[in-house]
Amino acid sequence: MKILTGNDLKTGAVVWWDGSGWSLHVEDATDAGEHADMILATETAACRVNGGYAIDGVPDDHGKARPAHIKDRIRAYGPTVRPDLSLKPADPDAGSWVI
Amino acid sequence: MADTGETTLLRFRDDAVPDEPAVSLDAFFDQSNATAVRIEAGDDVRLLLPALDRVRLVEIDFPRFRDGRGFSSARILREAGFTGEIKATGDVLVDLLWFMRRCGFDSFAPDAPLNLADVEIALNHYPNVYQHAADDAVPIWALRHPELNRGTADNA
Amino acid sequence: MYQYDKYDQAMVDARVAEFREQTRRRIEGHLTDDQFKPLRLKNGLYLQLHAYMLRVAIPYGTVSSRQFRMLAHIARKYDRGYGHVTTRQNMQYNWIKLEEAPDILADLATVQMHAIQTSGESIRNVSADQYAGAAADEIIDPRPWAEVIRQITSFMPEFSYLPRKFKIAVIASDEDRVAMRWHDFGIRIVKNENPENGAGEIGFECYAGGGMGRTPFIAYKIREFLPPTQILSYLQAVLRVWNRNARRDNIHKQRMKILVHDLGEEEFRRQVEEEFQNFLALGQDVPQAEYDRVAAYFAPPPFETGLSDEIDRSDPDFALWADRQLVAHKAPGYAIVNISLKPTGGIPGDMSAEQMELVADLAEKYSFDEVRATHAQNLVLPHVRKADLYAVWQALDAAGLAGVNLDLVTDIIACPGLDYCTLANARSIPVAQRIAERFADLDRQRDLGELKIKISGCINACGHHHAGHIGILGVDRKGTENYQLLLGGSGSEDVSQAKITGPGFDEAGIVDAVERAVDRYRELREPGERFIDTYRRVGFDPFKESIYG
Repeated sequence: MKILTGNDLKTGAVVWWDGSGWSLHVEDATDAGEHADMILATETAACRVNGGYAIDGVPDDHGKARPAHIKDRIRAYGPTVRPDLSLKPADPDAGSWVI
Repeated sequence: MADTGETTLLRFRDDAVPDEPAVSLDAFFDQSNATAVRIEAGDDVRLLLPALDRVRLVEIDFPRFRDGRGFSSARILREAGFTGEIKATGDVLVDLLWFMRRCGFDSFAPDAPLNLADVEIALNHYPNVYQHAADDAVPIWALRHPELNRGTADNA
Repeated sequence: MYQYDKYDQAMVDARVAEFREQTRRRIEGHLTDDQFKPLRLKNGLYLQLHAYMLRVAIPYGTVSSRQFRMLAHIARKYDRGYGHVTTRQNMQYNWIKLEEAPDILADLATVQMHAIQTSGESIRNVSADQYAGAAADEIIDPRPWAEVIRQITSFMPEFSYLPRKFKIAVIASDEDRVAMRWHDFGIRIVKNENPENGAGEIGFECYAGGGMGRTPFIAYKIREFLPPTQILSYLQAVLRVWNRNARRDNIHKQRMKILVHDLGEEEFRRQVEEEFQNFLALGQDVPQAEYDRVAAYFAPPPFETGLSDEIDRSDPDFALWADRQLVAHKAPGYAIVNISLKPTGGIPGDMSAEQMELVADLAEKYSFDEVRATHAQNLVLPHVRKADLYAVWQALDAAGLAGVNLDLVTDIIACPGLDYCTLANARSIPVAQRIAERFADLDRQRDLGELKIKISGCINACGHHHAGHIGILGVDRKGTENYQLLLGGSGSEDVSQAKITGPGFDEAGIVDAVERAVDRYRELREPGERFIDTYRRVGFDPFKESIYG
């Protein structure tokens, strides 16, 4: 699946395309399929996303997207060396989701 | 300068606008009567120095605004005493104007129009300069040492 | 240290206003990210893996207590409570919001700080010896010239859109503590010892064309002796030759080192000399009087005289720390204190807002109000009375800042790597942590002696792997992290470039490989030899056998 990510223009936060807008949580990412380029162009032009790009995602057992590349999984989670600053500081399994 | 609207030609000179089209450096040396030259980013502007007395306008192109070779070209012309028009063309963004003015550019023909209010702001952000360039701005170090009048202080 | 006058302050304030304006244009959509990117980069603002990152300049690594408290304030108010000391003696923050960046710059300006030219294709913050003004081995304090260079290279119109970044370092001793020859332009301040020719004069020995990245080069000596008041002409000559002749078609081949290599050292020098004569004739150099004005700010602090050089070593933990972290000071009764930012299992160079404030307090109370940041991502209190060392150590120890590992195997330089950086291919910090844990035993570290490990998460080499006695380079091998081992580099006066040993390793494998290399050194070393000395004596093969078996 193709999922879209980028940063919020004003805050810089990592965001994921959820089908109608941009979410902070990778679990919300939806398959943009062949519309990826069009969505990115529209959203970038409207300044709703900054530096957006499409990546490959692999659906997990629940159908949620897991970015195929480690770089994007670290983007989704946070720095692996500071789990306290990640989006899931209390989740003991979050680290293994990344690596 | 009006502070509303947009423009694709900014000029900081009072003389008549040269009407002859600028020719390439090669063509300039083939045409003994040409008075306007176009310098591409990769051209060696020093080739022009022996013939400067018959040049009225030098256009210096910026193919991408990150390509800063044209800054050196303009300043070399001014160091050689050229007093004709130096025009920046191409990808000339408002944020380059102050630096360009300091290097000796005195007209601008950008590909994309410049917002005049932004131009006004961009040219007046900085109250001083830290070093000499092709303009007559007095560097901060010289302002600090008025006792060392090096012939530039009258411009302060 | 240097204090802004009304001119400096006005320039920094103007930069804040300009950046506020540029940020507004971006947020309102008048600038695309492509257009805004070079503008924000001229002001140290990157878009990183998780957020914007702001790099704040610490000119030549010198910072006052008041300024350090402001760095703590920024960490707390605008970031997530910490900052990161970089290999260019700067401080960077990882969680910055674009909309707040102008406010941060405004706060910095209130303490005479800025982020001007800390990134992008610009003339970067000038590095200088972290022991400047305190080192027993310096000819003069290099910082006044570094400050003059900072000013004249700020907003240089002709060189505002250079082919790539340009880094300058200034040292004034034989020992090189800032990797001077890995810079685009390096200055070693020397004294003319030739009695026939104005003996005793100060001059600049100049080096050009160094740099790390994917194509590393060590700077060559381009000029034996430059009169310091001609530095502006000379620098402009170097910059102009590069600006006019560098390639512009391939960002990986635009650093000055590539031009120096392509033209050859002689031809590059010839062109620079020609351009230098041109600039000299313009008569636009900064006069001695301006240097004298700046130098007055760096006059030595009022050191007490008659102090004892005795250190009470009755507390064994303190004695261990003192043996490792102190360096000789030029003034009797004083010491230079190195503060380790490399706790076992920690993140090299990271420190919390609270730690910054503690260090600021210590500097104010015990070190004439000065802190230094080092290129090895540590801190220095440059002027501490030996009688105060125990109190300083106790305070550092209580804050987790009393690590004992200066220049030892766990004093690792590491770039932020894939944990923070969009360019990275692999994580650097976890590798540094695993190595530090492996060698945590202090007796073992002390037995191994000086051993500099430097880790980069990609070929851009921000972690200086080319200059490591042991270097580690993270690469992406089919989507997984892989680490190459390098041996034999140095960033010091015995400068050399490390060489890749062979096939790469995974994270656990690289830690084992480092240990095998280190164990091999122990077998081979002769008395007094450091790792690098043994490596240079015996060559690569004996190490290769151990590493790859």
